[in-house]
Amino acid sequence: MKLAYWPGCVSRGFTPELHGAMAAVAPRLDLELVELDRANCCGAGVIAEHNQELVDTLNARTFAMAQGVDGAAGMMNICSTCQGAQSECQERLDADSAYRKHINEHLEPEGLQYERGGAWWNKNFLWLLVEEIGLDTLRERVVRPLEGLRVGPFYGCYIVRPTKRLGFEFYPERDTYLEQVIEACGATPVAYAGSHKCCGFPVITLNRETSLRQAGRHMADALDAGADCVVTPCPLCHLNLDLQQPEAQPFVERDLGMPVLHLPQLVGLALGLGMKELGLHRHVVKTDEVQDKVKALSATAA
Amino acid sequence: MPDYTLKIRRYDPESGQPAYWQEFGVELEQERSVLDAILQVKNDEDGSLAIRCSCQAAICGSCGVRINGRSRLACNTKMSVAAEGAPNGAIVVEPMGNMPVVKDLIVDMDAVHWKKVQRVVPWLLPEGDPPEREYIVDPESMIDVTQSMACIHCGVCVSACLSLEVDPEFIGPAALAKAYRFVGDPRDAHTEDRLLDLAEDPHGMYDCTHCFACVEVCPKDVAPMNQIMRLRRRATADFGIKDQNNGYGHEKAFVDLIEKYGILSEAQLIPKSYGDGSMIRAQVKPAALRELSAKLPTVVRALRSGKASPKTALIHHKLKDQDQVRRIFDEVESKDERLELNLYIVGESDDEEEGAMSEGGQEQ
Repeated sequence: MKLAYWPGCVSRGFTPELHGAMAAVAPRLDLELVELDRANCCGAGVIAEHNQELVDTLNARTFAMAQGVDGAAGMMNICSTCQGAQSECQERLDADSAYRKHINEHLEPEGLQYERGGAWWNKNFLWLLVEEIGLDTLRERVVRPLEGLRVGPFYGCYIVRPTKRLGFEFYPERDTYLEQVIEACGATPVAYAGSHKCCGFPVITLNRETSLRQAGRHMADALDAGADCVVTPCPLCHLNLDLQQPEAQPFVERDLGMPVLHLPQLVGLALGLGMKELGLHRHVVKTDEVQDKVKALSATAA
Repeated sequence: MPDYTLKIRRYDPESGQPAYWQEFGVELEQERSVLDAILQVKNDEDGSLAIRCSCQAAICGSCGVRINGRSRLACNTKMSVAAEGAPNGAIVVEPMGNMPVVKDLIVDMDAVHWKKVQRVVPWLLPEGDPPEREYIVDPESMIDVTQSMACIHCGVCVSACLSLEVDPEFIGPAALAKAYRFVGDPRDAHTEDRLLDLAEDPHGMYDCTHCFACVEVCPKDVAPMNQIMRLRRRATADFGIKDQNNGYGHEKAFVDLIEKYGILSEAQLIPKSYGDGSMIRAQVKPAALRELSAKLPTVVRALRSGKASPKTALIHHKLKDQDQVRRIFDEVESKDERLELNLYIVGESDDEEEGAMSEGGQEQ
């Protein structure tokens, strides 16, 4: 499957291991990724807060570039925040032809134009896995079922709310896909209170205490529920849950040490890719215990 | 008629006993509401079951509860919908979150919701002597606040708010939506004072984590978070309010970086966010220095884990075709009026001839 691929900013900034893991996983799932290396930031909610017309134009530009990728089935992103921010713009662009025309006028100098709907879509890797690739295909490709690995899902707000904007009418199970993918990888999904809550990242520079209390509480809940690690389709959540986890610990008054995997890393492990290739050494919270568990599985399988 | 099981959280502070769960069987048509089911239990099985309710038509906003973990009005939730999300076959009904329980399904709205609403001075503060008769406004100029006026004060968004969950002092979604109702009112003479107050409060408009929980649960589509974002937009763009919470600096730094580079540089966002969005000011404000030094361990860890290299931290490459992005910024930002398409007001009416945009719904 050929895809217009929007990697987002953070996967090429502070979470390079995500970008690398996605690149490693793609061929194993027969995905041909055409990276939109001239596309711009989705705005992450902040540009929307600043100026709606601006953010809608910027994302229309990205969509137009994706629609211009010859033979692509659609556009894929690897960030819950990109998904939500872009879906918000797409909702407005699709809702009103006069507005769409107005926004497209800003793109005219480059000959770009966003065309509404039809069969065109923009899907996070998580949605793509379940809806386009299919869990049966994923199961077939799994060479190292992650038996015994207990994984807590962490979605990120932007990919689960608001359901009306995010296509839940047509795909009502989108808020259980992580659990389904964890199972398809042979691992065990762990239910805990924070799985669909906010990681706190959007206010890390505005209200540090609110932000880190959220991150700390969710990781503590996952720990208490017996998770070996959590997995997220959102690199911004990853920043608050992994990079900031040592800072979050004092706010919940306990040691956490909860490894946080990016979704392509978890899938990559099940597909038999190497730990280094997936960038598991590039985390702040050490992933050694997860790696040891997976290595033990390989040994058993061999 | 289908059979359902309700699993209700019971609590009576006067009993001296802790809260407990109690299951009840009800027989009810599937299109009837969860409130109907609760009232049936109260009528037929246990008259002591406490719930606050009145209109039974999603107008009075009295019967907010949590059903299967989701905050909603009991009268506005069909049994068929509730049964779909019921874990292990029992529809779980609890009192709303983020507020103390008075008894069973009744929470203390005064202690949280109404106190916060009062906090935002929820009445009009016009200038000068009152006119002889009513205040006259151009109907067009009131369109913008109709969404926040639709609030019925049910407290469902307060119950669902993920920021309130960790910071009980947060003014919260309902009260901030109410604040926008007056900030956006052309008759009010204290727009800037109101915004300044909400921006400077450490638990004010910049304490919202942008989680969409309030947008998701509001039975009246008030979208409180959207109103909070409008408060921020007015505060920064129209009044240039430089608050102590770095709200202004964060937005300005983020937007400026995208204008300059096209994609985000996290390494530059952090220092620029403190202060007024520039590198220079950030270094001289005492509060900014304190915040920045708190960030240092994070930066060191990012470097040590291999997430960031000194090179990526310091040098950020411009996007190819960045001139296009900059042109879009210039084109849109040089306009005198901001264009906002509010789907709540214009509705979704795509026809190829003429969209709803031409019929209004633009922010002034």
